[in-house]
Amino acid sequence: MLSRVANTLYWMVRYVERADNLARLIDVNQQLLLDSESLDSERLRGFWQPIILSTGDEEAFHSIYDQAGSSEVIRYLTDDPRNPNSITSCIALARENARTVRDQLSDELWEELNALYLFTRSREAENLVASDPPRYYERVRRSAVTFLGIAASTTSRDEAWDFMDLGRYLERADKTTRFLDVASYLPSGEDDAAVVSSDHLHWSAILRSCGALGAFRAVERQISAKGVVDFLVFSPHFPRSVHYCVERIDVSLHRISGTPRGTFSNKVERETGRLLADLAFGSVDEAFGAGLHECLDALQQRFNAIGEAVFESYVLMPDRIQANAVPEPRSSSALAMWQMQQQQQQ
Amino acid sequence: MNLFEGYDPGIFYDEMFAADGGVRNHCSLLQDRFRDTDPRDFLARKASSELYFLRQGITFNVYHDDRGTERIFPFDPIPRVMPAGEWEHLEAGLTQRIVALNLFLHDIYHDQRILKDGVIPRFYIEQAKHYRPEFRGVDVPADIYIHICGSDLIRGADGQYYVLEDNGRCPSGASYLLENRNALKRAFPGIFDAMGVRPVDSYPSDLLDMLHHISPRRDDKPVCVLLTPGCHNSAYFEHCYLAREMGIDIVEGGDLVVVDQFVYMRTTRGLRRVDVIYRRIDDDFIDPVVFRKDSVLGVPGLMNAYRAGNVALANAVGTGVADDKVIYYFVPRIIEYYLGQKPILPNVPTYLASEENDLKFILGHLPELVVKAANESGGYGMLMGPTASKQQIEEFRERIIADPRNYIAQPVVSLSRSPTWCDGAIEGRHIDLRPYIIYGKDVKIVPGGLTRVALTKDSLIVNSSQGGGSKDTWVLRH
Repeated sequence: MLSRVANTLYWMVRYVERADNLARLIDVNQQLLLDSESLDSERLRGFWQPIILSTGDEEAFHSIYDQAGSSEVIRYLTDDPRNPNSITSCIALARENARTVRDQLSDELWEELNALYLFTRSREAENLVASDPPRYYERVRRSAVTFLGIAASTTSRDEAWDFMDLGRYLERADKTTRFLDVASYLPSGEDDAAVVSSDHLHWSAILRSCGALGAFRAVERQISAKGVVDFLVFSPHFPRSVHYCVERIDVSLHRISGTPRGTFSNKVERETGRLLADLAFGSVDEAFGAGLHECLDALQQRFNAIGEAVFESYVLMPDRIQANAVPEPRSSSALAMWQMQQQQQQ
Repeated sequence: MNLFEGYDPGIFYDEMFAADGGVRNHCSLLQDRFRDTDPRDFLARKASSELYFLRQGITFNVYHDDRGTERIFPFDPIPRVMPAGEWEHLEAGLTQRIVALNLFLHDIYHDQRILKDGVIPRFYIEQAKHYRPEFRGVDVPADIYIHICGSDLIRGADGQYYVLEDNGRCPSGASYLLENRNALKRAFPGIFDAMGVRPVDSYPSDLLDMLHHISPRRDDKPVCVLLTPGCHNSAYFEHCYLAREMGIDIVEGGDLVVVDQFVYMRTTRGLRRVDVIYRRIDDDFIDPVVFRKDSVLGVPGLMNAYRAGNVALANAVGTGVADDKVIYYFVPRIIEYYLGQKPILPNVPTYLASEENDLKFILGHLPELVVKAANESGGYGMLMGPTASKQQIEEFRERIIADPRNYIAQPVVSLSRSPTWCDGAIEGRHIDLRPYIIYGKDVKIVPGGLTRVALTKDSLIVNSSQGGGSKDTWVLRH
C-alpha cells in the first residue's frame, strides 16, 4: 500500500475518533453541570477551564477568548473554525483525508462521513448547537460509530484496516487519558490536600463520557478515583481503557510488519511493546504515587512518540530512500493553486 | 399535464423535435414515456438523482475561486438520444482523426516530413506553446502519443456534425459520463432496455487495457498508476473514480521516486516499480528537473526514465502541439496527408489571426465571431462576439494584434438544442458532445460520450466552469 495512503487512512480515522471523543467530553460536562445547579459563575468557570486544559489547547483558546465560560468553551470545541481541533474541524479534516483516498473506501463508508460533514455544515446543526446541544453531540457520536461500524464491515482485513485501527486506538488511548486528566484540573473541594477531587460526581461523569459506567459497575461497587483510574488505564478488557487500546496498537503493528508479537523489528514496535508491558504489569497505586497528572502526561508523550515512530517507519522511510531533494512549496495555498492550475480539459 | 406542452424548438436544430414540430422517430418512445410522467413524479426522480450525486460527492472545484468551493455538477435528467447510424458516422470520423493525429505527432517528433513538404508552415509548430523540441527523436512506447482524446463535437442548424476542438492532453469528464448513466438508471429504470440503449460501462476496462498495452515491461503484469495533481484539482473526483474503477493506485508526485532511471512508488513495504503512468498533470509540471523547476507536483527524474523507455506515459509528453487551436485549422490537411482520405467529420470554418487576410477579416468582423486563445480550454480566454461588450471587443482586438499567433476566430455556430428541465418547465438548451476516444491496441470509443448542456437560456458555452451541466447520452442499438 502507498505510504501516503496508509498515512491518510490513519489520520482519517483518528479525526473521526477525535470528534467522537470531543462530543463525549463536552456533552458529559454539560450534563454534570445540570446536577450542580447551585454553582455561581466563578465555580462554573472552574468546570470548563479543565476541559480546555486537558485538551492541551489552553494557549490557542486564550488567544481567541478572554474567559473560559461554558458558551466560549462549547463554541471553541464544537464549531469554531479557528480551532483546528474543534468537532467540525476534525470532521472536515477526516473528510478531506477520505476524499484523497476515496478509491480505497467503500461507497457506504464515504457516504456516511460525507453525510456527517454535510450535517456539521448545515443550518440544522447550527440551530442544534444553539438550542439543543445534547442532540447535536448525539448526532455526531452516532454518526462516528456508524462510520466505524461500516468501516468494520466493509473493509478487507489488510493493511488499510491495520492502519485505520492504529489511528483509532492511538487517538482513543490519548483521549481516555485526557478525560482522566480533567479530574486533575478540577477545583478541589474542602480538603485542599487532595490534588484529585474525590467528588463522586466527577468520576462517574468521566466513566459516562467513556460509555464505561455500566461496565465499571459490573466489576466494582464503589466509584472512587483509584477504581476509575484502574479501570480506564489498566483494564485489559474494556475497549476504551489505555491498556486495551495499546494492546490493539501492538496487534496492528505486528500484523503490518509480520513480526511475531513479543518481538520487534522497528522502533515503533519496541516503544509499543515496552508501554504494553508497563500497562500489563503496572498498578494504580504506582500511578497515584507518582502523581496522576504526571503519569497521564507521560502516557500522552509515549503515545506521541509511537505516532511519530509509525510515521518514520512507514511513511518517511529515511533509510530506504535516498533523499530526493523536492522543493518545499511556499505554503499550502500555493500548492493548492498549482493543483488547481493543472488543466483538465473540461 | 403534458411535460412537453408549449415546448418551442425555435429556429435551431432540435435533437428531439423536427422542424415541423413532430417528434423525431428515434425519440418517440422516450418522448411518450416522459410525456406521460406526472410532473411531481418527474421532480421526485430528478431530486433522487441529484441526491445520488451529492452523497457520492460527485463535485468539481471551480478555477479562479480562492475558496476552492465544491459544486455539484448540474445534471439534466432528460437524455440526449442518438440513432445507431449517426453514431457509426461519428465513430468512423473520430477514429480517422485520432489515427491521423498520432501519425502527425510521430512525424513532428521525428522526421517532420509534413513540414518539409510544406503542408504546415514550420513557424506554427515551432511557435506552438506545447511543442517540446527536447523530445524530438524519442520513441514513445507502442508509438502512441494521444492515448485518450476528448474531441468536442457540435451540430449546426442543418444537423451537420462538426469537430469544434480536440483535447489531447488531459481530457476530463469521462467519470461524469459513467455516473450520469448510473444516476439515470436509478431514476428511470426499465426504459433502457425498451429503447435498446447501448451500455457505456466498459470505459474503465478499455482504459486499463490501453495502459497495459503501452507498458514497456512485456513479461509481467504491469503496474499502472494514475498521477493526480492532488485533491484541490477540479477533476480530483474523476481521478479517484477512474483509479478505483480500474483497480489501480492513485498517486501524487511525492509518492513516486526515480532511482537509476526507473520509477518506483513508495509503499509501506518499500519501493515498488511502476510501468505505466496515466498522468493528469500538465507537461510543465511533470518533472521539475526538465520543466518548471519549482513544481512540487511532479516527479524529479521522471523524464529521464521516460526517455530511457522504462516507463510509459498516457498521454505522451508534447501532445499539446496537436490540440493547439491553430494546428486544429490544419487537421483536415493532416488527415489527407497521412491517410490519403477526405475527413469524415469537418472542422468549423476557422480564421488564423497570423495570416494577413484572415487577420483583416477577423478585426473587421469581431462582433460576429468567436475568438479563442490557441492554448486555453474550459471556456476561458474566449470572446463571444455577438454577446460581448464594446470594451471586451476592444480588449480582444488589442490582444490579437499584439500576439496574432495565439488567436483564431470562427463564425458563431448555433449549437443544436435538446429539451432540458429548466425550473419548472422543459425548454430547449444548447448542447455539444464530448466522446472519449481511447487509442491502445485498437481504437475504442464508448457509445456516445458526455453531452454537455448550456443551462443558461440562449448561452452557447457548455463548460462546467461556466454554468454548464450535462446529460446522459443514449446511443441506440438500431
